[in-house]
Amino acid sequence: MEQITKIIEFTSEVSILEISYLVASILFILGLKKLSHPATARSGNLWAAAGMGAAILFTILFHKQNGQPIGNILWILVALAIGSFIGWYASIKVKMTAMPQMVSIFNGMGGACAALISLMEFPKMQNAMALAGDAHMLGGEGIAILLGLMIGGVSFAGSMIAFGKLDGRIGDIKHPILRIINLSFLVVLLVALIVILYMQPIENNNLPIYLFALAALIYGVTFVMPIGGADMPVVISLLNSFTGVAAAMGGFLYGNQAMLTGGILVGSSGTILTILMCKAMNRSLLNVIIGAFGVAGAAGTEDGDKTVKEISLSDAAVLLSYSQKVYIVPGYGLAVAQAQHLCHELDNLLSSKGVEVKYAIHPVAGRMPGHMNVLLAEADVPYEKLVEMEDANNEMANTDVVMVIGANDVVNPAAEDDPSSPIYGMPIIKVLDSKNIIVMKRSMAAGYAAIPNNLFYHQKNRMLFGDAKATLQKLVAEIKSL
Amino acid sequence: MEEILKFFLEYKEMIFIIILSIFLGIEVISHVPAVLHTPLMSGSNAIHGVVIIGAIIVMGHAESTLSLIFGFIAVVMGTLNVVGGFVVTDRMLEMFKKKK
Repeated sequence: MEQITKIIEFTSEVSILEISYLVASILFILGLKKLSHPATARSGNLWAAAGMGAAILFTILFHKQNGQPIGNILWILVALAIGSFIGWYASIKVKMTAMPQMVSIFNGMGGACAALISLMEFPKMQNAMALAGDAHMLGGEGIAILLGLMIGGVSFAGSMIAFGKLDGRIGDIKHPILRIINLSFLVVLLVALIVILYMQPIENNNLPIYLFALAALIYGVTFVMPIGGADMPVVISLLNSFTGVAAAMGGFLYGNQAMLTGGILVGSSGTILTILMCKAMNRSLLNVIIGAFGVAGAAGTEDGDKTVKEISLSDAAVLLSYSQKVYIVPGYGLAVAQAQHLCHELDNLLSSKGVEVKYAIHPVAGRMPGHMNVLLAEADVPYEKLVEMEDANNEMANTDVVMVIGANDVVNPAAEDDPSSPIYGMPIIKVLDSKNIIVMKRSMAAGYAAIPNNLFYHQKNRMLFGDAKATLQKLVAEIKSL
Repeated sequence: MEEILKFFLEYKEMIFIIILSIFLGIEVISHVPAVLHTPLMSGSNAIHGVVIIGAIIVMGHAESTLSLIFGFIAVVMGTLNVVGGFVVTDRMLEMFKKKK
């Protein structure tokens, strides 16, 4: 009799846990769904967070492995507290311009977590299999552990490099030999994966798995290293989906539905997001990964003597004030200078003079798609003023002045008329269709993708040199005094 | 061939979940406006932090000090991913809401 009640109690705890995973999975799906609509996005994020909280809480309370409940609870709580505090503090403090780096770090943490799990589960599995006298380690468990380790490791190392690049700590190394090293490492990894699976399990024979982990880390570095800075958003998105798959491998290993659905959802949606980004830049994913960007074609436009026309602050002020329609094309330079608030001030000032001011947002302006929208939203620019590229291009012909602030590649006409240019074919904001162009820029240096821009030499264009913030400040003052 | 069939049978529920989740992920995301790409990436970044459950399981059943230490690091990293991811996303989305 006593035994029967015990069994019922045991199963009811397990069912509560499984129900909590079901609820978590539903909340993840609904959260992602809501995240895709502007009006519901914020609550979607909270729903997903609630699902995560429930899954974590019920795992600690009710999870059992071979009948054993979760131990070391005090240590687990300490680890949760430390992670929560650091994560929360870093997220509160980070500047909106540094957001892509932050996402990259968090992504790397997830990847490292997945890799560590595999690294600890492998010896357990191998010892158990050695005891059972198995001939090899091929099977669902082994595959899940090794793939989790490989993908997680690549994602961790890659994210750290991506962080370094975005933060300007690591430059691009674009040597063709890297591509060969890169490919050979991938081959080595895949071969090693198969070899380990077919190895006979020997107790405490952990050297192969450590070497495998090391190879995954090195591949993560060589994978991201040759990819140009301008492609980092794509890479982060790709690594994001990698981590999703790594998490799903953990779910497969533990037969854990919350990990499985959460991981796969991120893996597949992340892949789609990556492809959407590539499309916005008119590049294939393969092209991005091989890292051909910025090497060729950079020298393709050295023809004739080119003169740059400058515009004075007062001329710019007059031109803007007496226009009917002005488009601002913001780029990362604007954000770096923290000038988005001033930009909004300029826009308010001009609007009060009866000028119609709008912002043309290129899909990849900033460092991540949609990054510019976040930055302008931070400066209280109304949503309706942000016009997507295609709609903005349709209105260019009746625009009096286009002001390009800290943007470069997204307005480079080479994308349309120079087949030798690496960005040829990328959709751009067609500023040349407008009547006047003012490019506000620090110097004549090339943009993030290191491609020269002929727009600067065009007869319609005039340059307004200087730091975006200081120049905007002066421009606002100038317009006020008109 | 027989191995593959056996593998499929053994893990059929999970294979079903994986395949269906792949389609679901694609469906859910495909109509997202470009404005939300960054918050969406950040939000999904937080969701894959669900890997922390695995870290908790490992740590909860750790037998040696070494695996306890590794588990501890894994849980801290997983929590960073979860908490940081959700808070950063919330901060971004807060800005969209403010000017309504």
